[in-house]
Amino acid sequence: MGLKNNLHNLKEKYKGTKMAPAFNAIHTFLYLPNETTHNGTHIKAADDLKRTMNTVIMAMVPCLIFGMFNAGYQHNVAFGTGSVISGGLFSAEFWSLENLLIGAWKILPILVVSYGVGLLIEFIFAVIKKHEVEEGYLVTGMLVPLIVPVDIPLWMLAVAVAFGVVIGKEVFGGTGMNILNPALTIRAFLFFAYPTWMSGDKVWVEGAVKQDQLIAAGEKLDAISGETILGSLAQNKEAGYDVMDMFFGFIPGSVGETSTLLVLLGGLFLIFSKIGSWRIMLSSVLGALVMGLIFNGVVSSGWITESSKFYGLMSTEFWHHLLIGGFAFGTVFMATDPVTASQTNKGKWIYGFLIGFISILIRVFNPAYPEGVMLAILLMNVFAPTIDHYVVQGNVKQRMKRLKAKTA
Amino acid sequence: MEHIELFFKSIFIDNMVFSVFLGMCSYLAVSKKVSTAVGLGAAVIFVLAITVPLNWLLDQYLLQPGALSWLGAEYAEYDLSFLSFIMFIATIATMVQLVEIVVEKFSPSLYNSLGIFLPLIAVNCAILGGSLFMQSREIASLGLATTYGIGSGIGWFLAILAIAAIREKIRYSNVPPALRGLGITFIITGLMAIGFMSFGGMLTGGDEEAPKEEKTVTIKATEDNKEVLANNIKANK
Repeated sequence: MGLKNNLHNLKEKYKGTKMAPAFNAIHTFLYLPNETTHNGTHIKAADDLKRTMNTVIMAMVPCLIFGMFNAGYQHNVAFGTGSVISGGLFSAEFWSLENLLIGAWKILPILVVSYGVGLLIEFIFAVIKKHEVEEGYLVTGMLVPLIVPVDIPLWMLAVAVAFGVVIGKEVFGGTGMNILNPALTIRAFLFFAYPTWMSGDKVWVEGAVKQDQLIAAGEKLDAISGETILGSLAQNKEAGYDVMDMFFGFIPGSVGETSTLLVLLGGLFLIFSKIGSWRIMLSSVLGALVMGLIFNGVVSSGWITESSKFYGLMSTEFWHHLLIGGFAFGTVFMATDPVTASQTNKGKWIYGFLIGFISILIRVFNPAYPEGVMLAILLMNVFAPTIDHYVVQGNVKQRMKRLKAKTA
Repeated sequence: MEHIELFFKSIFIDNMVFSVFLGMCSYLAVSKKVSTAVGLGAAVIFVLAITVPLNWLLDQYLLQPGALSWLGAEYAEYDLSFLSFIMFIATIATMVQLVEIVVEKFSPSLYNSLGIFLPLIAVNCAILGGSLFMQSREIASLGLATTYGIGSGIGWFLAILAIAAIREKIRYSNVPPALRGLGITFIITGLMAIGFMSFGGMLTGGDEEAPKEEKTVTIKATEDNKEVLANNIKANK
């Protein structure tokens, strides 16, 4: 409680001065509300929606900052103005101020548009429906910039956010009532409405699309290509990144999804603060590993040959699937969304396992959609209530049996 | 392998509800509770599994151009495919009646729990759709037709099961008054279809090429027609 007391003292000390709002804000962010319920048989906890949301956001901030560095780094490498990293995680080529500035210049507007449009709609709905503004959009607004390509045009993002918030959430009655994860609804909308801006080898590097347009207009420039690892593998090409690059995240991809290390840290933080469900994360990883092993088995038993269009992704080492693409990010931050996931413990195991299983299945068998995890989570969001229903019915049956045995 | 592929394709990729939006009326009307949805879904699987192969036989030996050749060489040129709608729907209605009688005789409890849904299946467009797709996709054998019927039935079953569970879950949600009931159900169906789009394009090798060829053929045909027409006009003059 040292930090809390210090903060409280500081707050008292600076009361009425210019600095007061700053300390108040930090105090509110970290420690309010600090009241538990007093009466009745309610669960007594100080966690409200805002606290929960803030915890998730804190877990995602490292990914966002890393994403800014990575966006700048990928840009510089692709355009030949920077060099490839040489010295592991802390190489100076990656953590340069220049990289951060390029990335921030691109990603902060995405963040602003995401929050701006989303919160605007939340405010409008709150005014019309006459309730308090709900904090539900805080996490979604943070997730959205992390799961889109860095070169996404801002107006597309605004349209998608409007769709996701209105159709994905507000029509169901707002925060806590939606059936599909709003952030994924937004990404799926972008993915199906503007496929050229969501996949391919141009969108992952800042400026590559513009370069392409200049070339098409007749300028003599080199085409920039920054294919994601999944994209290369789907075309049976070598990706050219080693495992440590994948783990640390020095690879092209959506803004915040590349660094498995930071996602892992965020996931541990969520598990530690009991906000994310470890059951879903663990079972989802298990599901992915099982599916990966099956595919590896298919390859090693010689059922498909190198000429098959599935060979590239099928022959990928089963545990590499955890490191590439958005699998880690989706599993940790989106599959665990408490609103759309299964609510029962047994249901969470099934739900998570199927997410992992299906996302690798889609990755391999559906070359058009290399990012299977988004669609797998959406699909399981659809079936989560069904799983819950049957788990609950199973429990009811068991108890009935026990009751009969007791009374008989 | 062919059977497995067709089975998964008919469940997930060509899902009756989410890819062609068939059978919507009973899908929307009977999805308020999971238990009734399961009953109707099971009945749909059952009826599809019987009617699709039956209609396949009809199509193969009665309706297709040249299907009557087993009667004798003089019948080989008959084309009764204009009768397929009425034949198919008659088969379906008869089968549903038969099934109803049998179920009532042997399992009155199931009959009571299905209630009105069993006769309603006769007018469920997913059932007729199953037979018509079987015809237009030119499914090759009786076994494959059975697989296709069962697969489409299971796809429809999954869809109605999922939406029933979702509707039970959102029963206490604060949905805007204008959207309560059918409105929100339609929106949910659309969102569910996004989830099911994950399978779109899977297992379809070279499907994108086929329609283009057809187009050029039809254009050519019309050009030929023009020439023929022009010649006719000239001849008349």
